[in-house]
Amino acid sequence: MFKKIYAWLDERLGFDDLYKGLLDRPEPHGNWWNTLGSASLFLFIMQGATGIFLTVYYTPSPDHAYDSIQYIMDGVAFGWLIRGIHHWGASLMVLVVFIHMLRTFFSASYKYPRELTWIVGSLLFLLTLGMGFTGYLLPFNQRAYWATVVATNIGGVVPGVGPFILRAMRGGTDVSALTLSRFFSAHIWMLPAALAALIGAHLYLIMRLGESAYPDADD
Amino acid sequence: MASSHRISRRDFAKFVTAALSTVMGAAMGIPVIGYLIDPALKVQSSEAWIPLGPLESFPKDSPKSFSFTRSNINGWEKTVNSYGGFVIKKSDSDILALSNRCTHLSCSVNWSEEENAYTCPCHEASFDMEGGVLDGPPPHALDHFETKVEEGALFILFPAIPHEG
Repeated sequence: MFKKIYAWLDERLGFDDLYKGLLDRPEPHGNWWNTLGSASLFLFIMQGATGIFLTVYYTPSPDHAYDSIQYIMDGVAFGWLIRGIHHWGASLMVLVVFIHMLRTFFSASYKYPRELTWIVGSLLFLLTLGMGFTGYLLPFNQRAYWATVVATNIGGVVPGVGPFILRAMRGGTDVSALTLSRFFSAHIWMLPAALAALIGAHLYLIMRLGESAYPDADD
Repeated sequence: MASSHRISRRDFAKFVTAALSTVMGAAMGIPVIGYLIDPALKVQSSEAWIPLGPLESFPKDSPKSFSFTRSNINGWEKTVNSYGGFVIKKSDSDILALSNRCTHLSCSVNWSEEENAYTCPCHEASFDMEGGVLDGPPPHALDHFETKVEEGALFILFPAIPHEG
């Protein structure tokens, strides 16, 4: 019965080809360091899922941001768990993506024909840092506020365009309600959309070009 | 030749992946459901006895208005709602406390001495002194509060009881 349904669907959707193409690829002999890309992808999905659930209660306004997070932590069943995973997952994601990048560098996997995979991956790393930067403000406690004051000031010392960068990041001269809402927008819409698109490109390149083998004595 | 109860390395990896995914999915899925429906499971008990002052301050056979506020905490936000009504004291043991909320669309009714009725400013409804409908669109009589007298002071029980029928 199920086999028949599966065969009917497979004839039209091509699950088997998809499975062979996406997951059943030949791999060079590797080790645990080669699993960090998948770990990064898993963390991205995890952050996306917990982040979506956090927006059920989180309110991006200076009047409510802090109180809504206190409510998530103390007032809602398992709110501490969802936020805890998002909080620790954020640090872990930066770490895992960075180690994944180091592994690629040390195993020289960025070389021909995988230069684009490396460039897209570098952008993914920068976007991950952007997620950390924008997410840090959202609790809107003292630490978040002053961290954003300092970090946007760092943008402000760029020669020439610094003051403009500062105002563009803050949405004005001060860290304010505008800063909070634009960081929120970047954190839940713009950066994740860019991340998802580039992850798609990254995975496509990996499927197209395969993974590199570790260099040996002959290389 | 592999015997039938040995599984290949590949099948073992598949099985472990599927099993771990299931465990993780359940470990996350169940808390998430609780997280989403949590506010729906919390029913706030809003019942309270509201003091309206000494009984002797209410005139006999003439509606006297009263008002009070109740606060409600939804999530992290406190909302304060105002309520009001009329006390009609026939005797020290026969006291009626009516809500001033029109049963049509919840406007506040006022006591009109010349018309001898509660009139609603919104749709020209009128109610008699005991809250019965005299005229206009309301579907039923005004709601009333349960009352009690303790040590000479009048109390009403919030929330108001909807008129039967």
